[in-house]
Amino acid sequence: MTALPKLRTALAEIEIAGLAAALDLSGALYLPDEDALVVADLHFEKGSAYARRGSLLPPYDTRETIGTLASAIERFRPGLVIALGDSFHDIGGPERLGEGEREAIAILQAGRDWIWVRGNHDHALPPAIGGEVARELAIGDVVLRHEPAAAPARDIAGHLHPVGKVAMRGRSVRRRCFVTDGERCLLPAFGAYAGGLNACDPAIRGLFPRGFIAHLIGDHRLFAIGHAMLRGD
Amino acid sequence: MRWFEARGWRPRTHQLALLEKAQAGRSLLLVAPTGAGKTLAGFLPTLVEMAEPSRPAPLRGGEGGRLHTLYISPLKALAVDIARNLKAPISEMGLPIRVETRTGDTPAHKRARQIERPPDILLTTPEQLALLLAHREARELFSGLRRVILDELHSLVTSKRGDLLALGLARLHRLAPSLTAIGLSATVREPDDLRRFLVPQRPPALSERENVAAERPDEGRALSGVGASLARSARPRRPLPLGEARGLADLVVVEGGARPDIRMLEIGAPLPMAGHTAGHSMAAIYDLIRAHKTTLVFVNTRMQAEFVFRALWDINDDGLAIALHHGSLDVAQRRRVEEAMAEGKLRAVVCTSTLDLGIDWGDVDLVVNVGAPKGASRIMQRIGRSNHRMDEPSKAYLVPANRFEILECRAALDAVHEAAQDTPDARRGALDVLCQHILGMACAEPFSADELFAEVRSAAPYGWLTRDDFDDALRFVATGGYALRSYERFAKIKQGSDGLWRVRDARVAQQYRLNVGTIVEADMIKVRLARTVRARPGAVIARGGKVLGEVEEYFAETLTVGDTFAFAGEVLRFEGIHDDEVLVTRTSAGTEPKIPAYEGGKFPLSTFLADRVRGILADPFEWERLPPQLVDLLLWQRRRSVLPGRRDLLVETFPRANRHFLVAYPFEGRLAHQTLGMLLTRRLERARLKPSGFVANDYGLAVWGSGDIAARAGRDPGFIDRLFSEDMLGDDLEDWLAESALMKRTFRQCAIIAGLIERRFPGQEKTRRQVTMSTDLVYDVLRKHEPRHVLLRAARADAATGLLDVRRLGMMLSRIQGRIVHKALDRVSPLGVSMILEIGRERVQGEGADEVLAEAEAALMQEAMG
Repeated sequence: MTALPKLRTALAEIEIAGLAAALDLSGALYLPDEDALVVADLHFEKGSAYARRGSLLPPYDTRETIGTLASAIERFRPGLVIALGDSFHDIGGPERLGEGEREAIAILQAGRDWIWVRGNHDHALPPAIGGEVARELAIGDVVLRHEPAAAPARDIAGHLHPVGKVAMRGRSVRRRCFVTDGERCLLPAFGAYAGGLNACDPAIRGLFPRGFIAHLIGDHRLFAIGHAMLRGD
Repeated sequence: MRWFEARGWRPRTHQLALLEKAQAGRSLLLVAPTGAGKTLAGFLPTLVEMAEPSRPAPLRGGEGGRLHTLYISPLKALAVDIARNLKAPISEMGLPIRVETRTGDTPAHKRARQIERPPDILLTTPEQLALLLAHREARELFSGLRRVILDELHSLVTSKRGDLLALGLARLHRLAPSLTAIGLSATVREPDDLRRFLVPQRPPALSERENVAAERPDEGRALSGVGASLARSARPRRPLPLGEARGLADLVVVEGGARPDIRMLEIGAPLPMAGHTAGHSMAAIYDLIRAHKTTLVFVNTRMQAEFVFRALWDINDDGLAIALHHGSLDVAQRRRVEEAMAEGKLRAVVCTSTLDLGIDWGDVDLVVNVGAPKGASRIMQRIGRSNHRMDEPSKAYLVPANRFEILECRAALDAVHEAAQDTPDARRGALDVLCQHILGMACAEPFSADELFAEVRSAAPYGWLTRDDFDDALRFVATGGYALRSYERFAKIKQGSDGLWRVRDARVAQQYRLNVGTIVEADMIKVRLARTVRARPGAVIARGGKVLGEVEEYFAETLTVGDTFAFAGEVLRFEGIHDDEVLVTRTSAGTEPKIPAYEGGKFPLSTFLADRVRGILADPFEWERLPPQLVDLLLWQRRRSVLPGRRDLLVETFPRANRHFLVAYPFEGRLAHQTLGMLLTRRLERARLKPSGFVANDYGLAVWGSGDIAARAGRDPGFIDRLFSEDMLGDDLEDWLAESALMKRTFRQCAIIAGLIERRFPGQEKTRRQVTMSTDLVYDVLRKHEPRHVLLRAARADAATGLLDVRRLGMMLSRIQGRIVHKALDRVSPLGVSMILEIGRERVQGEGADEVLAEAEAALMQEAMG
């Protein structure tokens, strides 16, 4: 196992089917052996997708998401970035992308490999967006895909936007989280406007028949919380 | 008039005065205590006018008549009730007058018919008025309107509903130039505020500078032509009667009937130091109920209502008909209670503010107010619910639930005695409501920005509005109003080449109609009784029992399976949440609820009463009017610590159970204290005093932690003063607002009212958490990228007076500068006991999200080790 670069941010180190991985406070996952940074569900241009339907949400979600991604890339300086699908909120997303955001993405892509895994929201991507497009990837036994396969499976996936909720003495905290059982890992949604699905929902619980640990993203570090401690909505 | 005389009914002086003024074409405000026949008086001019033989016969069956009078009430039920009461005299007099109601329950075909062939008198609510004004036929419908009657105006003007109503009224005045308004109100502190509300205002013209600013070329571009037509002259105004020229409607006051017979309930036993349930007084209250015909027992929170109701039933040996009424009960159940009440079948109703307003509940001869009165005007309106005939005195008892509340009851009794009022100041109209209104106006007909701006400023709550604020709201409605101008192609309203703004298409208009109104309900979740209890351990519980009512979602979120809580008159066990419903089972008799409170009464102690309470505390000569048990307490406090002066803030520090406490007594209400608690915790954190939590109530707050605050203050004499310095409302407040759940909830309400996101409707429940989630995300993003956005400004304005009560906190901090009295004690003081006792009763706050998560994580570690 390659030693992780010395990082200022609190990280959680886990293994996914023997593959070393570090969970970042931003919601990204870093694979040191591949020098790859994995993010899921960026949902670029969700704001403008809503605006088209009459909810004029602030149009800053894409630049906000890119900003968070840029600082994660700055921290890890990975040779490869993998966006695990639903990188754009809809098919029209890449077209609505502002000039500034387009350039910012190009700058992040410069000098490294970049793979867009296709998701259900963005099953087609224009070549102008740079990088390669793939349906799924494999690293050894582990498959990187947008939508997790039915259990049992060894994969790293997104799609479900997991959040965990903890309630203690009259206070409840609901945060995005990674979900893992050591064999597979679900990534939280990375996008600024991406909502969440409770990890206790059958859609997520069903993927982990042996139970799971959720790594909730706190204000300053990640917290590993057993599924029994989590609450439904 | 003849009809009235025939029934031996003689108009009262105020009714004649009102009639005379109305006939002279004046707008007016009628201020009268309950029971004075206000509402009927409001209709008198209309009935008299319509009964006059000179009135042209209404065209029946043809094009239909003209809408003559519009009546607006805060309660749908009140409008329906008034309609019923009006129809009787009208039909007995044989007058050809059509009276109809229009509420959310009115069927679509009837609504359509009401616009085609309007009734003479239409009774409705502020929301329905907004919808009517946004209708394409609004101009036609209202152009002949003669009179608008606004009932319970004192209660409407204190909220955003009042803002919406004010904007609607401004439009009505413009559509119907000969319109006059009649406002009906309970006694208020500043009747002039309401008098201004009723007639179009002419706020001081914008200064030259502002006009120039709005016309600056760079601004002009940014406003996409909004300022372009600024040069056009303002609309001509009709000549105003003298009173209205000053911007005030006439005033008719009914002097307040018989003096209320009101006293504090003394039970001859010592009251507890804290708590709000008044358990000790139940037997005495029960005796009062037995001795009277019908009693209203008012409480402040739903939790109290639940407790008092249960306690009274426990001792109800005579089997008196005692009922429960509060806002989370199932509607059908509430209606049943109301009907039984009106029919005189009930001996007592335990109720929250849901019965503060409106409908005449039959022959109530006693009002009992359990717990703190909170405000002088509020308590007087509650007392007015008894003896709905103004010539007889209302009879009422105030029941303090703990020793502190004796002080507040004493202050309230004094206030009632002096007829002192403490209704809130006039509101500044909210920007989010303005946004909603602008879209509505575009739905009605194309508008000129200049003219709409002038119209909006003629509404009393919007006299403060600058052209820049208006243009921000206009741009928000059009394209979201973001500096990053990327939504031009999605614009909801557009400016045509004629300079007029139009709604884009019918879909936007439909969106407006679905989102109209300013009441954003807390997310409620149904409480359903599970039918079968666990057949075997851990088995899923069958649903299908009856629905008991609703609780706030955030309350449900904090429950763990097995928790018990009082609700709907019983103690329930939480079994889980299934399909968006809380499933519960009944507990065995005598179970004490484990979860102490759920919110539901949010009235903070009024500034006025708070000042009086401080006054009584500070002046030993006042104490002779207090019961001995309280005087003993105050004497002990003076011996052990100190009693603060009227304008001082007492801060006590002491160690207790291995922790260090700081207790302060600002008397500024729970909301301001909660905000203060959050800010103090942040400051103590920075001072490395490791605070770990705080509780707040209406009188003060207690903060504790592992750092020795007293020792720090001893080393550094200015420490306590700096801790409470006004600058906490700067950066500390900013930091906290960024993450405050209360602020996010406030923002969400503004976002819904302004139309940024759509309201949810029954049937869309499945998606609702995603919506809740996304407004928080929107808040984070907007705050970072456009902190001056109109919606954030609206949310901030709300935070000043709403859930965070920042304004009151600010006033307090400035009052106490240099007046902080710090006492370092070796143990808790007599006053402090009441604060310490709140721990466990009230929700402990101040822990960061990370602390909660760390605790959950520790549980996993234990599991792993164990």
